Amino acid sequence: MEFAELIKTPRVDGVVLHRPFMPTVEGTLCLTGHHLILSSRQDNTEELWLLHSNIDCIEKRFVGSLGTIIVKCKDLRVIQLDIPGMEECLNIANSIEALSTLDILSLMYPFFYRPMFEVIEDGWKSFLPLDAFKDLETMTDEWRLSEVNKDFIVCPSYPPLVAVPKDIDDDTLRKVASFRHGGRFPVLSYYHKKNGMVMMRSGQPLTGTNGRRCKEDEKLINATLRPGKRGYIIDTRTINVAQQAKARGGGIESEANYPQWRRIHKAVERSNVLQESLIKLVEACNDQSHSMDRWLSKLEASNWQTHVKEILTTACLAAQCIDRGASVLVHGTEGADSTLQVTSLAQIILDPACRTIRGFQSLVEREWLQAGHPFQQRCAQSAYSNSKPRQEAPVFLLFLDCVWQILRQFPCSFEFSESFLVLVFEHSYASQFGTFLGNSTAERAKLSLPEKTVSLWSWVNRPQELERLTNPLYEANSLVIWPSVAPQSLLLWEGVFLRWNRSSKCLDEAYEEMVHIIEYNKELQNKVNSLRRQLAQLETEDPLLQTP
Amino acid sequence: MEHIRLPKVDNVRLLDRISPRRSRVGTLYLTATHTIFVENEAGVRNETWVLHSLVCSLEKQAATASGSSLLIHCKNFQVLNFVIPRERECHDVHLSLQRLSQPERPDELYCFSYKPNIDAEERRPEWDFLDLRADYRRMGLPNSLWKLSSVNQHYKVSDTYPADLFVPESATPPVIVGSSKFRSRGRFPTLSYYSKENHAAICRSSQPLSGFSARCLEDEQMLEAILRSNPHSDFMYVVDTRPKLNAIANRAAGKGYENEDNYSNIKFQFIGIENIHVMRNSQQKMMEVCELRSPSMSDFLEGLESSGWLKHIKAVLDAGIFIAKAVAEEGVSVLVHCSDGWDRTTQVCSVACVLLDPHYRTLRGLMVLIEKDWISFGHKFSHRCNHLQGDPKEVSPVIDQFLECVWQLMEQFPCAFEFNARFLITIHSHIYSCQYGNFIGNNQRERTELGLREKTHSLWSYLWMNRADYINPLYRPDHSQTQGLLRPSTAPYCFKFWRALYNRFDRGMHPRQSVEDYLSAIQEETQQLKEQLASHKQKIAQLEQEQEWSVPQKAVPFDKSPTGWTFCNDMANTPQDYTGGFFTSSPCQPRAPITLQTEESNKTSKSILSNGSDQESGIADVSCRSPLSEDSTRDPDSDEAAYSAS
Repeated sequence: MEFAELIKTPRVDGVVLHRPFMPTVEGTLCLTGHHLILSSRQDNTEELWLLHSNIDCIEKRFVGSLGTIIVKCKDLRVIQLDIPGMEECLNIANSIEALSTLDILSLMYPFFYRPMFEVIEDGWKSFLPLDAFKDLETMTDEWRLSEVNKDFIVCPSYPPLVAVPKDIDDDTLRKVASFRHGGRFPVLSYYHKKNGMVMMRSGQPLTGTNGRRCKEDEKLINATLRPGKRGYIIDTRTINVAQQAKARGGGIESEANYPQWRRIHKAVERSNVLQESLIKLVEACNDQSHSMDRWLSKLEASNWQTHVKEILTTACLAAQCIDRGASVLVHGTEGADSTLQVTSLAQIILDPACRTIRGFQSLVEREWLQAGHPFQQRCAQSAYSNSKPRQEAPVFLLFLDCVWQILRQFPCSFEFSESFLVLVFEHSYASQFGTFLGNSTAERAKLSLPEKTVSLWSWVNRPQELERLTNPLYEANSLVIWPSVAPQSLLLWEGVFLRWNRSSKCLDEAYEEMVHIIEYNKELQNKVNSLRRQLAQLETEDPLLQTP
Repeated sequence: MEHIRLPKVDNVRLLDRISPRRSRVGTLYLTATHTIFVENEAGVRNETWVLHSLVCSLEKQAATASGSSLLIHCKNFQVLNFVIPRERECHDVHLSLQRLSQPERPDELYCFSYKPNIDAEERRPEWDFLDLRADYRRMGLPNSLWKLSSVNQHYKVSDTYPADLFVPESATPPVIVGSSKFRSRGRFPTLSYYSKENHAAICRSSQPLSGFSARCLEDEQMLEAILRSNPHSDFMYVVDTRPKLNAIANRAAGKGYENEDNYSNIKFQFIGIENIHVMRNSQQKMMEVCELRSPSMSDFLEGLESSGWLKHIKAVLDAGIFIAKAVAEEGVSVLVHCSDGWDRTTQVCSVACVLLDPHYRTLRGLMVLIEKDWISFGHKFSHRCNHLQGDPKEVSPVIDQFLECVWQLMEQFPCAFEFNARFLITIHSHIYSCQYGNFIGNNQRERTELGLREKTHSLWSYLWMNRADYINPLYRPDHSQTQGLLRPSTAPYCFKFWRALYNRFDRGMHPRQSVEDYLSAIQEETQQLKEQLASHKQKIAQLEQEQEWSVPQKAVPFDKSPTGWTFCNDMANTPQDYTGGFFTSSPCQPRAPITLQTEESNKTSKSILSNGSDQESGIADVSCRSPLSEDSTRDPDSDEAAYSAS
């Protein structure tokens, strides 16, 4: 298929672009296979370069022969294009609709994008499971790297290499995989160096209504317990939901079969509920009404903040179990959504390394991409889509929101600033990079993404980008950071949800001012140090000073 | 002392508000001015001090096996729940506190016993620190358009107005007196703010006694005179800050609002801000939500909405914006009134001033503004803050709303204010604490009669002496955000819940690291670096030029790692209750708080010192350290320490 077939009108002059809090621009609109471009053809004017894949939905309106297209983006921005000529407008609208809903992965922009920057480090190779395991080996010898999934047969959503207890052989793993949802047998998620406790994650056990049992499964997870110690299974579903899952072949670990484990149920919502919540929240944020009651009641009704609180609370609980000296197994149903929210946030809380820029990338790689969170399905549509949601859900966005909440409470303990989280959010929904394409390592391998596309991390891990994303307040904090989950402490993430609804000028200025204060201090420190050296030198050169 | 029925009770438990299982055992002392709880744990001297004047309500609950519970709500939003072993003792403490917290006579107020052994001469500089006339001079007054009138000397025309008032040059005493007779409580239209740039003015008054048809020629002339004092404008706004319905209802009582037909060239406008009773109930409802024990997100948001508090804050700010824009953008003068002109009018005029004039966004400027629009114009602090035993229906958080409006603006314009939120919270506390004389009484006449300048201290000079604590590090006088009119957004989502005030004492809810304190520490260090730089340069020059002269100098080792400064990192180590009671034992273990706290000891000891020096008073022991005089975050005896050690 040629993109040209979809582009009926590649160019229109005299198009007026309206964007929130920016002056309107008149110029020429161009459609390419992957971009919507508006250029005023004047120097120093900012042009619009919008990825078609960033477009969530469009609306068209006509007044006389003037057509208007409202473009609603996955990053929640809303822009308006006034296009003279009804036919042009219709053509443009149809083309945008067709191009933005293409679901053939190999036609996506990352396959066509050629980096305009020098790749210093290939992000595809930065966070390989083998390297992560080498780090683990320096701390413990109780785990081994299994290749049981090297052909993605045992568990299609797992990576080829996973860390499992040393004493569990691959045959056992195969049996356990058949007892867990999606073949997602328990694997190591996090090793807490301080006390040797571990966090594992898996899919739900397939006990079904007649309480099927799997000795190998019991053996596997018991192998992670120290003698005489009990562990906790954190089920991200309510007890009712978990019980109901039995009818569909799922289930829970019964106390009879897992006597060394205590099960805790926490209510983290499932994906379709989250998607609805996102739509409602964004609708509330875009509401032009000036009524406070309306805003607060819509915010409440969206339930978004409730989800943030639930997820954070569950992650804190998991972290607390580990910190207090108990190992933890986390799962929900599939173990690829709420489970990952909990395991990744618990690591942010427990492990200072995850609060660095590189450590966070590694966390996203391990706990989201390699762990098989289906990004392609979850991020296909965002808050404006009219189409009936299928697999879409802001599971990852909620995770980022929770990280932002902790960042707000510990503003000096993260190496990255809010802008890094916003960047990762944007790229998870639409990107020139291949990182978030596909639903699993298997799919990414099949598409040859590492060979054919550029990794987001290749771009991020360059000095100029790192500098932009670094938190100027950062001072390494080796402690566990316990966030407050009181409703008063959890805020709406303005940087994402109100980003396009209010001018950020004053807040940006404040940020610059903060950077300036810190930079100026560093500059003075350097000057003082160099003068001090100069002084010391002068003093030693001065023979008179040698004598007391 | 005659009110203290029981000076000391042992084995009292102070319950943690969030998780009552974490309680502390100690001894409760009642003194003439404070309730003091001293924790009994070995090694820690943990004290909680509560001023009697801050106590807002006391609730004695039914006795249980573990004792009788006494719940104390404070005006600074602290909530303390004591469990006293014996019912009898609880009863006595309850009765004592009830009396102590509600003085009957002004001379029982704390300010008269706070640092009393200083004569009036020494107190004078404190009170002369702020000079309202200087502020009017700053505005360019008096000038050819506005004059200082002596008509209210000895409070003859309006006993709730200050003695010094600015009126239009053309307003003669008969016009003023005539107008005052046509206004509630004689509060005739007078100047609150004057813009040098375009001559537009904000004037304030009470409602006219117009009833259904009454007119007053002098009042009409008075407004005419105000209009003429703005030579570039051919009309003026008259803003009634009440909801229209309320204003209409007042007509039946012979009061009401201006009829546009009777006054030449006015544009009349209602701005619906609710009355003091609505505001009191609203805050009460919001505080109930704040005090919920582990509320869900929905509980909180629904409660916040149904309290209506943020809606009211928005209404006050909206009104302020209307006036500020009329003055700055249209160059039109505005007369503002409500019923009596001392609540809503005060709020709206002062909010408009903050928006209009960068001076009022400085430390000194905000103090002057409160002194001018609130204190001098007769906001009834004694009644609204319930300083003395009085009518509970008179109580209302009108000034809280003003402070919150300023805070909401600070959130939108982080570089525009010289002061930080701690400044607002400290002012808030002292408005209610009665420790300083500034907020005692209902008007200037009462304050003069009480001899406050001679017998009490002024908060303003205390704040000024400690201004280093209240500086916003992001403020620069030459920053673009600092200049001119502020144009805030009033979209509902721009209004936030002010956790730092309303949940001030719930330590666990606040960010554990403060960006502001970090930046302040950096700036302090930068200052030292500048000095070192200068001295190094000097030394190098000396060494290079006259080598034989020089003296060995030891370089002062400079602690590079920023600032010898830490956050409350010990707090970072304390998990909260995420389990809903899942773990039975206390979830946090004592973990190396000692090493962490030593890092902080510098700061702590400093704050103890500054604290003590502020409190050198004649009252032994009791006044040596009041928790109020320092902000909670710096309080060395914060329950933070106990939190991590428990």
